[in-house]
Formats: sequence, C-alpha cells, structure tokens
Amino acid sequence: MIAAFAGTMPVVGAVVAQNVFFYLIAAVMVIAALRVVSTSNIVHAALYLVVVLAGVAAQFILLGAEFVGVTQVLVYIGAVIVLFLFGIMLTRAKVGSEDGLTHNNVAPAVLTAVLLLVVMAYAVVDYAKAPWGDGALEIDAVDRAPTTVELVSDSIFSTYIVAFEAISVLLLAALIGAIVVARKE
Amino acid sequence: MYLVQFLVLSSILFCIGVYGVLARRNAVLVLMSIELILNSVNINLVAFGAFNGGAIPAEVFALFIIAVAAAEVGVGLALVLTIYRNSKSIDLHQIDLLKG
Repeated sequence: MIAAFAGTMPVVGAVVAQNVFFYLIAAVMVIAALRVVSTSNIVHAALYLVVVLAGVAAQFILLGAEFVGVTQVLVYIGAVIVLFLFGIMLTRAKVGSEDGLTHNNVAPAVLTAVLLLVVMAYAVVDYAKAPWGDGALEIDAVDRAPTTVELVSDSIFSTYIVAFEAISVLLLAALIGAIVVARKE
Repeated sequence: MYLVQFLVLSSILFCIGVYGVLARRNAVLVLMSIELILNSVNINLVAFGAFNGGAIPAEVFALFIIAVAAAEVGVGLALVLTIYRNSKSIDLHQIDLLKG
C-alpha cells in the first residue's frame, strides 16, 4: 500500500513514515493493553481490547500482510469482541466500576511479568546484535510489494490443504462442544 | 523497520497478557488476557515471515492461529457461562472444587 507512493515520494520519506507509524501504533497498543489488564470496568476492558486488536491489524498491514490484517478485523473485532460482550452481559456484570476484579496482592504477578519481559527482551536484543543472527534484518516498503490474497489462497488450498480441512473440523467440533457445554439441561 | 522492533513489541504485549492472566480474578478478563498473548504470537509469526522473504507460510500459520483462537474463545465462554449458572459467580477465588 505504502509502496504505491514510493514512485512519487523520496525513498527516505517512505522509510521515515513507516517508522513513525510503527512507533505511534505500538505506543497506542501498549497503553491500551495496560488498560485492559488494569481497568475496573469489564466493558471498558473489552473496548480497550478492540484498540489493541486494531493495532495488531495495522501492524500486519504495515508488514505487507494485508489479508491477515483484514481477517484480524473481521474475526477478532467483528466476532470475538461481540462474543466477549455477550459473555460479560450474560454473567451480569455491574454497570460501571466494580471491585474485586483483580487479586488483592498483585506483586507476584508483576514480578513474573517483569522478569519474563527482561529475559525475553534481552534474548531478542542479543539475537539482533549477534553477527550470525538475523534480528537486525531491515525492510522498507519500497523493497517489496504486499502479499496478495491470490498467493495466500493458492498456498492454503494446495500446500496446506490437509491443515485447512483439519481446522474446519476443529471449528465444527468447537461449535458443537460450546453448544453442548452451555446448553441448559 | 527492523525485525527487532516487532519482536520487542510482541514480547511487551505477551508479558502484559501474562500479568493479566495472573492478576485478574474475573474469568472473562482472564480470557481477554489470553487473547493478548495469542495476538502477540501472531505479530511474531507475520514479522518473521515478512523479514525473511517467504511471507506466505507465515501468513497461513497466522490465519490458522486466528481460527484456533476463535474456537478457543467460543468454548471458553461456554465454560464460563456454565460456571456462572452453577455457582452464580465467575470469581476465580470461588472456583475451588478440586482443592482438597
């Protein structure tokens, strides 16, 4: 998408715009994700989750994976969030803020998350700096065109046809299972 | 854009999700945090695909993960509804039937 402008825009401008948008979307995503795990209103948590999921879709489009980005919007923001809102309403959440959504002592959870983040971020950055690693690989939009729906669908219906059929059966099984579990006796 | 940018972003989202799973008492909020974790993994997959040239297999894997996550939410919310119907609460402190 951005590549379409590359002919009219200097290459440096496109690269800078890409980085600006990456950091902008990433900041919004991180703040919204923190609100999801800290807000005291369940409905607000679901709506902040919409912001995070839309940010993920935007990152997919930035990476040139347009079909995955569109699917993310359709499946997550369209279907999963509606399911969550139904779940919230059927379990009779209070309107407005509510106490007791978080454990009284969150120190162990904070410790676990921060330690995990330190370990993972150190490993990723170290991998990027290693001379044999490819973490420092660089792309910009002028290098490559986005992958088309045609390529993705060709791959799904030829190379990955068995996995595709398996996932169809899995979805059917999950559907029947959900109905059986949630049905009134 | 560098690959490491996307990897760091997805590790931050993953850790926020882990914090949510550990710190929340409401079952629906725990399911939301699991969605955060699954999405961070998807960013990783698509980023590795985009930066290594052959993006197609990575995108197909991401699509399959989205499908499995949708199935997981359906079954998970059905379980939460059943728990709510049986005990009138989805507070995870009160779901301790297996505790000896």
